[in-house]
Amino acid sequence: MNAVRAIGRSTLDLVRSAGAVTIFAGRGVAAAFSPPFFLRQLRRQAWMIGYTSLPAVGLTAVFTGAALALNIYTGGGRFNAEQIMPQIVALGITRELGPVLAALMLAGRVSAAIAAEIGAMRATEQIDALQTLSVDPYRYTIAPRLTAAVLTLPLLTVVADIIGIAGGWLVSTATLNFNGQVYVRNTWSFLTSGDVTSGLIKAAVFGFIVALMGCYHGFFASGGARGVGRATTNAVVSAYILVFASDYVMTSLLR
Amino acid sequence: MSVEPLTSPSTTTGPLPVLLPSEATTANSLTPKLHLQGVTKTFGARQVLDGVDIAVAPGRSLVIIGASGQGKSVTLKIAVGLMRPDQGRVLVDGEDVTGMEASDRARNVPRFGMLFQGAALFDSMKVWENVAFRLVIADKVPRREAKDRAIEALGRVGLSPEFAGLYPGELSGGMQKRVGLARAVVAHPDILFFDEPTTGLDPITSDVINNLILEEVKRLGCTAISITHDMASARKIGDEIAMLHGGHIVWRGDAKTIDQADNAYVRQFINGVAQGPITGDAGPVRGSVGRPRARAR
Repeated sequence: MNAVRAIGRSTLDLVRSAGAVTIFAGRGVAAAFSPPFFLRQLRRQAWMIGYTSLPAVGLTAVFTGAALALNIYTGGGRFNAEQIMPQIVALGITRELGPVLAALMLAGRVSAAIAAEIGAMRATEQIDALQTLSVDPYRYTIAPRLTAAVLTLPLLTVVADIIGIAGGWLVSTATLNFNGQVYVRNTWSFLTSGDVTSGLIKAAVFGFIVALMGCYHGFFASGGARGVGRATTNAVVSAYILVFASDYVMTSLLR
Repeated sequence: MSVEPLTSPSTTTGPLPVLLPSEATTANSLTPKLHLQGVTKTFGARQVLDGVDIAVAPGRSLVIIGASGQGKSVTLKIAVGLMRPDQGRVLVDGEDVTGMEASDRARNVPRFGMLFQGAALFDSMKVWENVAFRLVIADKVPRREAKDRAIEALGRVGLSPEFAGLYPGELSGGMQKRVGLARAVVAHPDILFFDEPTTGLDPITSDVINNLILEEVKRLGCTAISITHDMASARKIGDEIAMLHGGHIVWRGDAKTIDQADNAYVRQFINGVAQGPITGDAGPVRGSVGRPRARAR
């Protein structure tokens, strides 16, 4: 009986949380599409979320591309199919690994940073102060972060795609005796625009999820420093889970 | 000037009487600038406010005192619009603003400014940007003009222009309070709220802040509502003092008469003694550490 009660309670909590996140997201999106727009904040957030994430995303992509090339070469060798390695690397990077890795890096870096910053603002009454200064905190703190993440994660994904494929090219030409020009030609001729755009659509959705989780957990942080720490952890964990879950759903829809 | 409760508050346990709106309001027949009517607020199983009635006449300064955990901050947050009451109404100039969020309230009804307990300065912005925030963001004043007005406001609270380019983290607690005060008054508000304005400050800095509050309230001619448990501050900045206990206003009167008040709660509070009807901290609200959050609507 206790187990049934626990399941029921967990289900209710889940539904309650889903409702709260949905309402929060709705308010954030509505604020993003209605004036006044805080372009200065948007620029600042785009810089923080996008530009400062470039090194982490780039490094992750280059090593993943290189490792992917090695793995596919090894696996392909079992069927004498080593030569399709460039195409598989390109496909894997653009459709899956580029957007997912960029999103995971952003979840670790940015979602945590957003939750900590907004959580600290909540703990020190800065969110309340915004309201008393006649500023809607959803417009000023939430909407710019959501918009910036949705706009910059696809750009980061383009960078991750290019660097990831370059990583595969590098290891293939340097250690596996592939011809560099042939590698590039095979990659270019194989990829379709659909491969790239599906990755970019995923990236935009991931960007929204990552920023939303950071904003939501930070905005409702309570209990001082401990509460901010908890909000940060929850933001990262929930962003990771939702990125993977939505990745599966979108892959099913976009294949 | 003192207002007697309908019945004298009991010095023993049991329900406390509710005080009707201020005599100051009815005497001058003006619509109160701010009026809380029958406000109740409950967090979980604990009723923090139980029918609070407070009215403040235009141009008057009311200080709400009370022991920790008695709902002073909740009362202030409801008055400002950062929290909604479970029951009751909040009227500003006679207009019901109970359901209006603080950001809309600050824009649509007579302007208000607020000095927070911890100053609540935006730590990512310079001091002048903090002070000019409302002017630039909400009032669309050009940045150059807003900066000039911010520096002027900083000067009024005793901070020279070289402080304008610093960040809040580079200032002492007293200086942060001054910046918070400059930010609260720079847009010429009609109502000023002060949340524990001297908490955490040494007695001299506290007196400086009290003087600045007095000067600014007088200069602007605005209505002021403060909450504090610092009696020196309450006596100095208040025209009237009201005491909140057990979810009710248990006493209200002229600030000058508080030492003669024949009220057991007031006497215990101003004398700062453990023996009396006030038995200690009411405990945490909603089981949380610290003060209740504005998001609890």
